[in-house]
Amino acid sequence: MITYIIRRLVAAIVLLFVVSAITFSIFYLVPRLAGATPESLATRYVGRAADVETVELTAERLGFYDPIWVQYGNWAKGVVVGTTYDMGAQDVECPAPCLGYSFITRQAVFPELMDRAPVTFALAIGASILWLITGVSIGVLSALKRGSFFDRFAMIFALAGVSMPIFWTGLMALAFFSYKFNITAPGGSYTPFTQNPAAWAYDLLLPWITLSLLFSAQYARLTRAGMLETMNEDYVRTARAKGLVEKRVVVKHGLRGALTPIVTIFGLDFGLLIGGAVLTERVFSLNGLGNYAVQGIFANDLPKILGVTLLAAVFVVMANLIVDILYAVVDPRVRTR
Amino acid sequence: MSESTSTLREPAPGPTGDGEPFLDVRDLRVHFPTDDGLVKSVDGLSFHVHRGKTLGIVGESGSGKSVTSMSVMGLHKQGTANISGQILVDGTDVVGSSPEIVRKMRGKRMAMIFQDPLSAMHPYYTVGNQIIEAYRIHNDVSKDRARQHAIEMLDRVGIPEPHQRVDSYPHQYSGGRRQRAMIAMALSCDPELLIADEPTTALDVTVQAQILDLIRDLQKEFHSAVIIITHDLGVVAELADDILVMYAGRSVEYGTADQIFNEPEHPYTWGLLGSMPRFDRVRSERLLPIPGSPPSLINVPKGCAFNPRCRFADLNGDLSTTERPELVDAGHNHLVACHLPPAKRRELWRDEIQPKL
Amino acid sequence: MTVTDPSGAARAEGAGTAERRELLKVTGLVKHFPIRKGLLQKQVAAVQAVDGLDFTVREGETLSLVGESGCGKSTTGRLITRLEEPTAGKIEFEDRDITHLKDGPMRPLRRDIQMIFQDPYSSLNPRHTVGKIVSAPFHLQDVKPEGGVKKAVQDLLELVGLNPEHYNRYPHEFSGGQRQRIGIARTLALKPRLIVADEPVSALDVSIQAQVVNLLEDLQDELNLTYVMIAHDLSVVRHVSDRVAVMYLGKIVEIADRDPLYERPMHPYTVALMSAVPIPDTKRRHERERIRLQGDVPSPINPPPACRFHTRCWKAQDICKTQEPPLVELAPRHQVACHFPENAPAGTSDTPSGDVPPADPGSR
Ligand SMILES: Nc1ncnc2c1ncn2[C@@H]1O[C@H](COP(=O)(O)OP(=O)(O)OP(=O)(O)O)[C@@H](O)[C@H]1O
Ligand SMILES: Nc1ncnc2c1ncn2[C@@H]1O[C@H](COP(=O)(O)OP(=O)(O)OP(=O)(O)O)[C@@H](O)[C@H]1O
Ligand code: SF4
Ligand SMILES: [Mg+2]
Ligand SMILES: [Mg+2]
Repeated sequence: MITYIIRRLVAAIVLLFVVSAITFSIFYLVPRLAGATPESLATRYVGRAADVETVELTAERLGFYDPIWVQYGNWAKGVVVGTTYDMGAQDVECPAPCLGYSFITRQAVFPELMDRAPVTFALAIGASILWLITGVSIGVLSALKRGSFFDRFAMIFALAGVSMPIFWTGLMALAFFSYKFNITAPGGSYTPFTQNPAAWAYDLLLPWITLSLLFSAQYARLTRAGMLETMNEDYVRTARAKGLVEKRVVVKHGLRGALTPIVTIFGLDFGLLIGGAVLTERVFSLNGLGNYAVQGIFANDLPKILGVTLLAAVFVVMANLIVDILYAVVDPRVRTR
Repeated sequence: MSESTSTLREPAPGPTGDGEPFLDVRDLRVHFPTDDGLVKSVDGLSFHVHRGKTLGIVGESGSGKSVTSMSVMGLHKQGTANISGQILVDGTDVVGSSPEIVRKMRGKRMAMIFQDPLSAMHPYYTVGNQIIEAYRIHNDVSKDRARQHAIEMLDRVGIPEPHQRVDSYPHQYSGGRRQRAMIAMALSCDPELLIADEPTTALDVTVQAQILDLIRDLQKEFHSAVIIITHDLGVVAELADDILVMYAGRSVEYGTADQIFNEPEHPYTWGLLGSMPRFDRVRSERLLPIPGSPPSLINVPKGCAFNPRCRFADLNGDLSTTERPELVDAGHNHLVACHLPPAKRRELWRDEIQPKL
Repeated sequence: MTVTDPSGAARAEGAGTAERRELLKVTGLVKHFPIRKGLLQKQVAAVQAVDGLDFTVREGETLSLVGESGCGKSTTGRLITRLEEPTAGKIEFEDRDITHLKDGPMRPLRRDIQMIFQDPYSSLNPRHTVGKIVSAPFHLQDVKPEGGVKKAVQDLLELVGLNPEHYNRYPHEFSGGQRQRIGIARTLALKPRLIVADEPVSALDVSIQAQVVNLLEDLQDELNLTYVMIAHDLSVVRHVSDRVAVMYLGKIVEIADRDPLYERPMHPYTVALMSAVPIPDTKRRHERERIRLQGDVPSPINPPPACRFHTRCWKAQDICKTQEPPLVELAPRHQVACHFPENAPAGTSDTPSGDVPPADPGSR
């Protein structure tokens, strides 16, 4: 198990480099292939009015004249050991993990990311608790009452939930609950948990529900399929033959057996989500990582994009690793061979 | 919720034991409505088992053996099966009782072991955990006490180092040990009836022999009634006092083991005996298979269900193809469902069948 | 084999087969499956599935391989049919070394050596008609049978006792026994010489099993087939075989003609195996002498040293733990690998190592 984790960690680090290199290449190369020169790129940062000398100086300072691998190397070095930036007037110390400075706002990327991460985390954690509870219980009930009115209704709901895009459901929810009936907080509200937990929850309630709607539909289907399978397993029959009450048969034996795929998918979904729930954050104007990435992309602000991508990749890779470890926790056959 | 009392019962036909039978199944019918039609998996089956006795149920795949055992345990899902008749477990009718009453009987009064011990145990819980659970359903004891009991049970069924093994997972056991653990679990609440549905089919001969010995020993010790379901006549010959031969959801012959093996009267039983290569006799030149294959339980042949495969069906005029033979006593509580006159059957067995086996 | 075959009776005695030609010869056959672990996936151990087999099969005879689950029977079958690459040893078919033949040169030989599998359900493609399934070998091997493929397939169906008109049906329309017949028909399409049958009747009901056993015997007589039969049911094995090899943990512990083996088993493992078979006879229930092996078969990853059976053997002495008993001929055509064989003819029970006292046949 230990060697396994080490192997996975090494693989994860390699993977992170590959992901960042690809992102780096895309956002550096694509504009150049489209005909941009180092000077024209630098112009974007200093403004059109600047004279040639300033532009060239900026391009020089940003390293636009270096070959791409050197530029990537510098960036990667910054991530690992930190670096020093020549910002014209004075040198700026950027400690590891240095994700660079936004070309436009001139803010260090990493602290900005850390500022926004809690928003995304709060969104992801709340929503996932909601969808786990609703999705799994709807799935279990559906499987037990297979073919019943409830089952059919739930599966239609699930189908609808999966196929409705979040910007639609989100906007509708906002329109009704926040603006028409004033039950929930309007878009853009966010109170840090440390300030006022109640307000925090109140502000996030609608985003949570919207986001979990999508996922709980998926999880209901997944759970239902898993339960239909495990409830026909021999070991469930054995549990009944022992004289166990049906509720325990379902939860302790049936659901426990169906849990493995749910845990797997959940880990991956959660990892993706904390990398940035882009649509939800846009719709509810939450300043999380997803929104940050979107701003970066619109502004072609490479350090921002790279920073978010790397962070998201870290989350996904971590989630993968955790899922694999969880797998061993959930299934003793993996743990004890 | 009808609880039949034993006073209403008359002595049941069939091989007898002392006193009231512990399990008395009367005219059991289990039908499954499906899209293709009504599957008559069990269609009028009666048998009984006394405490301390072993009943063997034999028959080909699909003859309704497992459906029968599941009915006795009350394990058919409500709504999927139409069940009628009576299954009296020590006087309580499983068919007519509420699910809660039957649940409380499961594990405590009657227990079951299954064919494939790997799939029959939950892969995510330790063996000990599963035995402890079984014990605590019916016994209000602490976890520690139950664990102690689980270790005792594992020791009793011959698992070495039960103190350590109790914390192992089923996949860490070998096939034979898994079946032993299943038996330990089934016996943990000291049930009076043990149903073993093909308990050794998935095991090697050497392990099968160990398990059969174990069941035999435990039965002596616990004095329980045992039903052993199998398609291997060798296994029932080793264990059973009485044997019920099933074909297409019905009993075709029911008697003591000696009667079934030494003076069988039903052509299907002859067929089974002739199909089996004999390990213990001079090798016969050729096996004598039963032609054709078992019928679909949706379209059971009219008359005697066995008639399309029976060499002697035409000896009865058209009786075999038109009228279903009832299970009647051919003497000495040996029940046979065949239109051939008993004298003729004995003659056929003596002159035609037995010499060729 | 039927009574109509004049050679059948003689063959059963084993005398007839002695003069027959050797079709298959296996020497020192080994198959180890590596187990890899750790960061670099280094090989840390191996499953010693088959570990040094020697046997021959003569034309027209049936050799059965018996033994407990995991002893390497199927692996042996797959090695003979070259579905698996041997780790060491030699396989000769008609005096030709086929041990490491590449796919190309092996192709014509695949016609001669065929395999029947256990599961009549999963071994047939459910989306193909019976005609397509049975004719597949013709297409694979580019063979144009006389009178056309369809005619050939219908003849094959008839041969295995199926209605030739069922040419266009699908496997699910047939019962288990009939499906196994379809599988057999497919196997027979290219007129093989050697058929390796891996548990051909284990999944079938007794009454159907008997039909298929009879069919296999009839076909053997009609087509002069040679069988290597893999089975665990000792009663079936006794019925079908001319010779029987008993395997334990990847090794042959005893190999002999059928009757001597069943009447006078010499290896303690064979004796135990035989005594474990339940007998369908209530009269003999109590008179049988029972030998119950304790415990389970050890793991083939780390088999016991010397005699692999010594951990469960009731006759084991110190020498069994230190010296591997060689497979030696203790009676004509009867080879046993044991230091203290049972039922050994007087004078031959001395083990080759010499310094061990002769086994007392009565010492159980
Ligand atoms: N839930 C069900 N719905 C419909 N048909 C069923 C159901 N359960 C069992 N059957 C049918 O009932 C028949 C008897 O099945 P059963 O499992 O009792 O056979 P068996 O005698 O135990 O055979 P085997 O030796 O293969 O275990 C079969 O034809 C089976 O298809
Ligand atoms: N591809 C493989 N990789 C690793 N181990 C294998 C492989 N195939 C077989 N084995 C192992 O080799 C041993 C012999 O297997 P084999 O299938 O030959 O046994 P068998 O005698 O046919 O058993 P059974 O009666 O259960 O079919 C077993 O321990 C098995 O787990
Ligand atoms: S060699 Fe020894 S251990 Fe092996 S079978 Fe013979 S007596 Fe038993
Ligand atoms: Mg069954
Ligand atoms: Mg095998």
